Amino acid sequence: MKSADCPVCDGLVELDEKTVTGELIECRDYGTELEVVELDPPKVEEAPQEEEDWGQ
Amino acid sequence: MNVGLLHSLIRKDEKLLIEEFSKRREVKLHMIDDRKIMFNIGKDKHDFDVVIERSINHSRALHAITLFESAGIKCINNSRVATICGDKLLTSIELSKHDIPQPEVRVAFTEESALAAIEEMGYPVVLKPAVGSWGRLLSKINDRDSAESILEHKTILGTYHHSIFYIQKYVEKQGRDIRSFVVGNKCIAAIYRESEHWITNTARGARAVNCPLTPEIEEVSLKAAKAVGGGIVAIDLFETDREFQVNEVNYTMEFKNSIDTTGVNIPQHIVDYTIQAAKGGVNGKD
Repeated sequence: MKSADCPVCDGLVELDEKTVTGELIECRDYGTELEVVELDPPKVEEAPQEEEDWGQ
Repeated sequence: MNVGLLHSLIRKDEKLLIEEFSKRREVKLHMIDDRKIMFNIGKDKHDFDVVIERSINHSRALHAITLFESAGIKCINNSRVATICGDKLLTSIELSKHDIPQPEVRVAFTEESALAAIEEMGYPVVLKPAVGSWGRLLSKINDRDSAESILEHKTILGTYHHSIFYIQKYVEKQGRDIRSFVVGNKCIAAIYRESEHWITNTARGARAVNCPLTPEIEEVSLKAAKAVGGGIVAIDLFETDREFQVNEVNYTMEFKNSIDTTGVNIPQHIVDYTIQAAKGGVNGKD
């Protein structure tokens, strides 16, 4: 299983085999919402903040 | 078959669709990140049989599918559906044209005229941005003092579209509303969204509970879907003593909380419909 470092708390974030680029995941340590920006090597960033025209 | 999936962030909903597409041997799925794509108007050549739109941003979704369509690509949902559903005012017009029950709505463009409209309607009313979702910036206005204050704040602090005042008569929901899911010409499932709060979006913490489909729910849902142009849509319904009223119609429906709740494989229905559309079996309307 691949893993990346949480950019907020430096905790280990595990990515399963089905993870895709752009996927939203949550850091298990402190619940930060993260976006997977690269798979090889794995890299995550803080997810973008909600915008005014988001959602349905 | 080449299927494009237009997306920004990949939420659980998109993940479920990707997994469902991966089960279909005839499909080659192409991920189209709306943050990376560039269009060259009049010169674009895309190799997609269909594009399914799953962007989290309404504005990007609408413009991207309009651009894909201009390049001859069929999109699910199409730009007409996105235009109407993305704007509550346009949705209300279409519902009205098709004689589909909805809460009373008034529209005004200035503080003064909006206040006059509210006073005519009687309190309480709900002020909504014409474009917006997840229950953001909704205001339940219970009296004239609140009305004056909120209208002033929206005029001074809001962007220009907050001065298009979409005013809806408040409907007492008894703690719940209904969200039904329509794919093509079928209403496939529905949930109750239960909350102690008057805003019943699941994004705001409302609980999803299965709502057994009745002929009445199916009928009003299918009529509403047809009114906005068909395709894959989720309908928000209010229950009143006399009828079901259509509150909103959503064109990039979120369904992750409704699969286990209803026992209906919603992504399977969406993927089936998209493949049918790619094959020319449906036109994005029926």
